Amino acid sequence: MIKVRIPTPLRPLTKNQGEVEATAASVAEMIEALNAAHPGLKDRLCDDKGELRRFVNIYVNEEDIRFLNGKDTSLKDGDEVSIVPAIAGGN
Amino acid sequence: MAKMKSLVCRECGKEYPTKAIHVCELCFGPLEVKYNYDEIKKGISRKKIEDGPPSMWRYMDLLPVETASINSVIGPHAGLTPMVRARNLGAYLGLDELYIKNDTVNHPTLSFKDRVVSVALTRARELGFETVACASTGNLANSVAAHAAASGMKCYVFIPADLEAAKVLGNLIYKPNVVEVEGNYDDVNRLCSEIAGEHGWGFVNINIRPYYAEGSKTLAFETVEQLGWRAPDQAVIPMASGSLLTKIWKGLHEMKALGLIDKVQTKVNGAQAEGCSPIATAYKEGRDFFKPVKPKTIAKSLAIGNPADGYYALKATAESKGAMDMVSDEEVVDGIKLLAQTEGIFAETAGGVTIGVLQKLVKQGVIKKSDVTVAYITGNGLKTQEAVIDSVGRPFRIQPSLVNFEQTFKIGKNGGGNT
Repeated sequence: MIKVRIPTPLRPLTKNQGEVEATAASVAEMIEALNAAHPGLKDRLCDDKGELRRFVNIYVNEEDIRFLNGKDTSLKDGDEVSIVPAIAGGN
Repeated sequence: MAKMKSLVCRECGKEYPTKAIHVCELCFGPLEVKYNYDEIKKGISRKKIEDGPPSMWRYMDLLPVETASINSVIGPHAGLTPMVRARNLGAYLGLDELYIKNDTVNHPTLSFKDRVVSVALTRARELGFETVACASTGNLANSVAAHAAASGMKCYVFIPADLEAAKVLGNLIYKPNVVEVEGNYDDVNRLCSEIAGEHGWGFVNINIRPYYAEGSKTLAFETVEQLGWRAPDQAVIPMASGSLLTKIWKGLHEMKALGLIDKVQTKVNGAQAEGCSPIATAYKEGRDFFKPVKPKTIAKSLAIGNPADGYYALKATAESKGAMDMVSDEEVVDGIKLLAQTEGIFAETAGGVTIGVLQKLVKQGVIKKSDVTVAYITGNGLKTQEAVIDSVGRPFRIQPSLVNFEQTFKIGKNGGGNT
């Protein structure tokens, strides 16, 4: 089982749960599993070509998946995934 | 017709009304102000700008506020800072035409943030906010606090707990609520994003950000006007979130689109400190995405490890065929001293980063001798004294006696000689 932290803007799709669980062997599978349980989630995370949107950050155990294997990053039981929309800011 | 058309997502193009929102609800892309350029073009001219107020508000037609009167602006004196022809530094570096855009003397809080805050607070008041706030590495907080005091708005500023003393004092004097957060800027920023979601405040660099960021364009507008209505060949710009660089690039192109200049041949070059260089590192490694870092540098005003506009800064630099580079903390201090000792301008650490990278790009042949070059100096050295205090020497201490003075400086009775 993978634990997935859901950011506030996506919680309307997860019945306001900030954390959900999924069974998946990769990030791509996780997205499909989340979408099956919470329809519409995939569209928010991925563009129409199925690629992750630029301002969506996904971390597996605190590491940005862009520095792992992207959507093919493998997942194992007990991994923690965070979905974080890009933040604003400026100094 | 209003000059502002809508807010538009930079990623997916979805449009929104011009309210206090900053993120696309569909794809999380950042929102940007979309203008009616056809309408603006009808009313703008070099003459009209030159006859305007002696501040950045002479470019009001291109700033995202509804008012058309300088009297309803918060911070009407911001900007129009000196463009200094840096002959000494230019000669030292081997550049024929080097300029320092000197925002160390911006009004009222001595950094380029007075530009963005003036726009942000003017717009925040138009949107009905009574309380303004920000997440800041220091300069932004100083400016928000000062402008809030002057406009009678309530104010909260959130800063990391390790800021330079002058930047902390530079908040307290205006009596806003100053909140020191035990963490770095990125922690402060995350916290503020949550607070902004819960309270109906105008966070200048969160929900007011699409308007706030536009204020940086005035650096490009002033550059063009002060160079005699032409764009420079090279711009060297410090990067924290990356927003300033992208907005200077945008501002130059707006000048061209409105027919105020013929061409934009400018290369925009980004400067970061080694201890926090996620954007410059991505550039060097040929990536169009960056890896967030934990900042560790004396250039605290640039210490943003997760830069919101990093992607767009990389894109603007690539489009312009510019470059990026980074310098060590030691080079930052050397850069501050070099600028002070050649041009008499005391910059904060971000200025040391800019001068250090300028020097590197000249050495690498990226910036050439005949290039008209502008270096953007965005903050004042009196706010970051800790960075240089151990490397500027001590005063000569003498007795109040002529003999003691002459001995110290080995000066003969008829003058001549000095140290």
